[in-house]
Amino acid sequence: MFADRDEQVVKILLVEDSIGDIRLTQEVFKEGKLNNELYTVKDGEEATSFLHKKGPYANSPRPDLILLDLNLPKKDGREVLKEIKSDKDLARIPVVVLTTSKAEEDIERTYDLHANCYITKPIDIDQFIHVAKSIEDFWFSIVKLPSGAGG
Amino acid sequence: MNGHDYGKPIDILLVEDNPGDVRLTLEAFKEGRVFNNLHVVNDGEQAMDFLNRKGQYEKSPKPDLILLDLNLPKMDGRAVLAEVKSDPNLRRIPVVILTTSKAEEDILRTYDLHANCYITKPVELEEFISIVRAIENFWLSIVKLPQT
Repeated sequence: MFADRDEQVVKILLVEDSIGDIRLTQEVFKEGKLNNELYTVKDGEEATSFLHKKGPYANSPRPDLILLDLNLPKKDGREVLKEIKSDKDLARIPVVVLTTSKAEEDIERTYDLHANCYITKPIDIDQFIHVAKSIEDFWFSIVKLPSGAGG
Repeated sequence: MNGHDYGKPIDILLVEDNPGDVRLTLEAFKEGRVFNNLHVVNDGEQAMDFLNRKGQYEKSPKPDLILLDLNLPKMDGRAVLAEVKSDPNLRRIPVVILTTSKAEEDILRTYDLHANCYITKPVELEEFISIVRAIENFWLSIVKLPQT
């Protein structure tokens, strides 16, 4: 059973509208220790379509982990989070909220909505890379994901 | 960086009945970069008393983070998790499951109960210390914890 877990590719859904942040995240995860596939959608509506395998996402895989920005076009990240965590098929997927907001209200509200953790995106590129690597190390190698992927 | 007043310690509740694991965890958190207080209870009932500030825990702080073993005497960790995550005063507190169980059923069930993450305790000492350090680093330095 452990061998199966080790061989599985970790699939991550990145919900992010900033191209710069997308690119940085892609680079960090590409160099990562564990085999992973990063899927990116740029707004809340696309996130919903991806997760429900609608339209162009009919053949998309179920992600093992979701990185979710809060401030998104079309449908807000808070709305997406609420949808995920109240859907019996999706609720168990860990959601790492990764956002520019430091607002106490956002932090509290997203934990109330059962976000698995909340991280404020650093502005500094090196710090951003450090945070992305920490997310990768922690969620791929240390944590047991409900899907069975990763460490 | 973690959203708390600089200088105010982060309060962590460790719910763990194995004295060896308690000791190792205490040491790892003591050496951590972030100022913290690790409070220890040894069974599920004590955990709920601590969180509800009952009896001897009347003056206890509300923890900013909970490290929860699943297999506990008196009241099982799974029951503690279910209570915490359905109590409006407590549900926001991140719960890191740290348990010997690798059982698929436990992993799925605890995520369904809104555990924030699930970690299987390594058997080997060095690995155990390294895991606890990683928990300390991630949850105290990278993550923003909610104000409780």
